[in-house]
Amino acid sequence: MERTAIRRRLTWQVGTVTDVRRETETARTLVLEVPEWQGHLAGQHLDVRLTAEDGYRASRSYSVASAWTGDTIELTVEQVPRGEVSPYLVDVLKVGDPLEIRGPVGGWFVWTPEQEGPVQLIGGGSGVVPLRAMLRAHAAAASTTKARLLYSVRRPESVIYVSDLKELAASDDVDVRLVYTREAPAGEPRIGRIDADLISQYAFKPEDGATTYVCGPTPFVETVADLLVAAGHDPAKVRTERFGPTGGPR
Amino acid sequence: MNIVSPGFTGRRRGGTELPPGQYLTHEFPVLSAGPTPHVRTEHWEFTVTTESGEMYRWDWPALMALPAEEITKDIHCVTRWSKLQTTWKGVSLDTLLADVETGADYAMAHSYGGYTTNLPLEDLLDGQSWIAYEYDDEPLDPEHGGPARLLVPHLYFWKSAKWVRGLVLSDTEDLGFWETAGYHEYGDPWKEQRYAGD
Amino acid sequence: MSDYLDGNVAAGPLSELFAVDLTAAIAQCNGCGHTTVFAESRVYADAPGLVARCVGCDSVLLRIVTTPNDTYLDLRGLTYLRVPTT
Ligand SMILES: Cc1cc2nc3c(=O)[nH]c(=O)nc-3n(C[C@H](O)[C@H](O)[C@H](O)COP(=O)(O)OP(=O)(O)OC[C@H]3O[C@@H](n4cnc5c(N)ncnc54)[C@H](O)[C@@H]3O)c2cc1C
Ligand SMILES: [Zn+2]
Repeated sequence: MERTAIRRRLTWQVGTVTDVRRETETARTLVLEVPEWQGHLAGQHLDVRLTAEDGYRASRSYSVASAWTGDTIELTVEQVPRGEVSPYLVDVLKVGDPLEIRGPVGGWFVWTPEQEGPVQLIGGGSGVVPLRAMLRAHAAAASTTKARLLYSVRRPESVIYVSDLKELAASDDVDVRLVYTREAPAGEPRIGRIDADLISQYAFKPEDGATTYVCGPTPFVETVADLLVAAGHDPAKVRTERFGPTGGPR
Repeated sequence: MNIVSPGFTGRRRGGTELPPGQYLTHEFPVLSAGPTPHVRTEHWEFTVTTESGEMYRWDWPALMALPAEEITKDIHCVTRWSKLQTTWKGVSLDTLLADVETGADYAMAHSYGGYTTNLPLEDLLDGQSWIAYEYDDEPLDPEHGGPARLLVPHLYFWKSAKWVRGLVLSDTEDLGFWETAGYHEYGDPWKEQRYAGD
Repeated sequence: MSDYLDGNVAAGPLSELFAVDLTAAIAQCNGCGHTTVFAESRVYADAPGLVARCVGCDSVLLRIVTTPNDTYLDLRGLTYLRVPTT
């Protein structure tokens, strides 16, 4: 079934939290019901806006973590210490509460099952969120496109979507490789950031014609994008999304 | 539509000593609209250009040779944080402008990196503004506008141009970087003049 | 210092103004001619507004300020935005 999103200007709309799921000590997935959700592409994000009693407002961007399957969407939020918005989304917001959103937005950092060529996903920390949506869309479309995920985390306890990733990795067409930067589980000898060696070992080769999606903290994205280009990947096939850190109001 | 987010307070606001809509911070948030210029003091200069085109120039040793003042002031950022009793060292604009011949009413501050902001000249005089080069007894960090920034604490902090390199004086009021994009031309925090028309 | 984001973050504020997504458009810098997808430009958000800058020469490509009543959009730094029409 081909569903196309309607093009229109967007404004704020209200979703309702219908479920919450702890992913890790510091991350939580929120399930939102949004009436008349017009659909989204995997990789798109939303802006979330919070309003205090006295009218004070703060807004931040969050990627949609789920594939488009109906009126509910999922967001996964990693708590940033002393942050203004993320601690509220991870610890305070509860089932039944309203949440103002504007989206889906962003037409560049997206993957669609119709797209040609293999897909290489490289995420750091919460940067895995839009990549998970792409893998979910891949599964929902029963796509046979080859997809690989390189997911960099600090330690085993920081992995979000643990069971989900296991399920996705069971597909012959999907390959998931975790990279631990501080502490690794038993049996995993490698501890350290993504480097040129790891890219050449686990990522598609430049001649495979893959589109690569890199997402995470700004320094992570800069490093990985530079490594890819240095390894001979066509910069035009490397798409990036930077999550910060940045504390400004937007 | 007026949706309140249950249990959301945001950063703590209010307190009698704060202008309306501001919250108190003990940190010193870094705001920037671009990459941080790293200007070495050997290459630094500050110029004042009058409405007749005459230019006055100070290099770093010349600035250091001028009498400096210790300044303790509250600062208020339009992004809603305020920081109380910040301490600076710098040269008063009264000192720098003492021998400048001008009848201009307005000044445009220009920075390394291209930033601009406009101010009435009278807001720079009478002990209201400085070229500051120390913060908290330390040389001013590039993140916070070092080697030297304009300090005009009675206006929203975007007027206190980081990395300042000069003032252009004029008879007419032109608008600076944020003022051409919807921010108030004057920016008095106590009158909450955030946006054009406030 | 990597105190910037990228053009993707401007998608929300731009979506209030335009029905087409401008972040996937090809943008040419008026300063140096560098031409790339707008989403790949650098966006400084720790500021009173969003400021997008060219990765080639750092000059301002676009500014967006949202006030309670209006949105200000400054596109002076762009020679053009090429938007796919299909
Ligand atoms: C397009 C886009 C999509 C995003 N998607 C997601 C997502 O799916 N899930 C998610 O959890 N986040 C996502 N983010 C990041 C999110 O928008 C917020 O920046 C983040 O939640 C922090 O907001 P805050 O209000 O809690 O912290 P703030 O109050 O903004 O910041 C508090 C302090 O923490 C620092 N800080 C801010 N962000 C980080 C960080 N990422 N790492 C380390 N320090 C930081 C700041 O410098 C500041 O000093 C996305 C960002 C963008 C631009
Ligand atoms: Zn340029």
